[in-house]
Amino acid sequence: MKRLWRWLIPLAAVPVLALLAYGFRVSPRDIPSPLVGRPAPVFALATLEGAPLSLASHHGKVVVLNFWASWCYPACYEEAPVLERNWRGYRDRGVVVVGVDIQDKREAALKFVGDFRLTFPIVQDLKGTVSVDYGVYGVPETFFLDRQGRIRVKHVGAVTDDVFRVTVDRLLAEASSP
Amino acid sequence: MTRVAIMLAALVLLGAMPSPAAAQSAKPVSEDLVHEIAVQLRCVVCQNLSVADSPSEMASQMRAIIRERLAAGESPAEVQRYFVDRYGEWILLSPPRRGFNLLVWLLPLVAVVVGLVTAGALIWRWTRRSRGGRTPPVSVDPAMSERIRRELERGS
Repeated sequence: MKRLWRWLIPLAAVPVLALLAYGFRVSPRDIPSPLVGRPAPVFALATLEGAPLSLASHHGKVVVLNFWASWCYPACYEEAPVLERNWRGYRDRGVVVVGVDIQDKREAALKFVGDFRLTFPIVQDLKGTVSVDYGVYGVPETFFLDRQGRIRVKHVGAVTDDVFRVTVDRLLAEASSP
Repeated sequence: MTRVAIMLAALVLLGAMPSPAAAQSAKPVSEDLVHEIAVQLRCVVCQNLSVADSPSEMASQMRAIIRERLAAGESPAEVQRYFVDRYGEWILLSPPRRGFNLLVWLLPLVAVVVGLVTAGALIWRWTRRSRGGRTPPVSVDPAMSERIRRELERGS
């Protein structure tokens, strides 16, 4: 009996340690977004050039919504060429890439756009309302919207060619066979 | 002295006066209420800071959103719901007391109770042993005790 107690006390710490170990290993950015599967929040913002852009005007297309900032190094710098390349490759197939520049200075953002020769539309979320509407934690985060305007995939971190193509191809295929 | 007091009072009043922009909003919003909501929300770009405590731009934008939604007539619960809908319950600094989350609230209590009971049982056992088992008188050789007495006397 006494021997059992001697073991039981340290053993009681094991489940607590296991719970802590689990908790510390989970990154908050990997917590699934509650927005996946829900209609994408609509917005109307001004582009970096000052033209109005609303999400509703792209309804019926597969939308790749990319939240970024010019200070987000290196992830945003890695994915910028990927987004531009795939925007050029897919723009004639009913796909639109929309960049949302958040927590940024306009001049710095314009320099970034110039450096990478980005041609897809980019809006600036000056008040952060769209970022919060999409539950954005940081940059870069990318949302893939289907033709019905629902958020289907949330990708955290730099988008790769593979991620872009696999996701967009899947959304295009499913839209053409209703 | 009174002049200073009047000036101070005027300054305070001036500071408390709503700015023209704020006056346009549908409902006056108390900063205390904004703070009360912000303090319960996790700053998403920080490590363990609330939206109220963080100096980050994201947090200040979130405070502005809280203010705006309250001004538009939403209740504090609706404002909180808005953030939970987008970020999940993770955004709340203290998890709601139901389901699996209850563990977080109950485990420390259980640990304290178990600790108190264990400590109490041990103390009870120790005190009982020292009270019950009186230490037997030590038998000292008379010659030795005589020598100790002498040594002590010499020392003083």
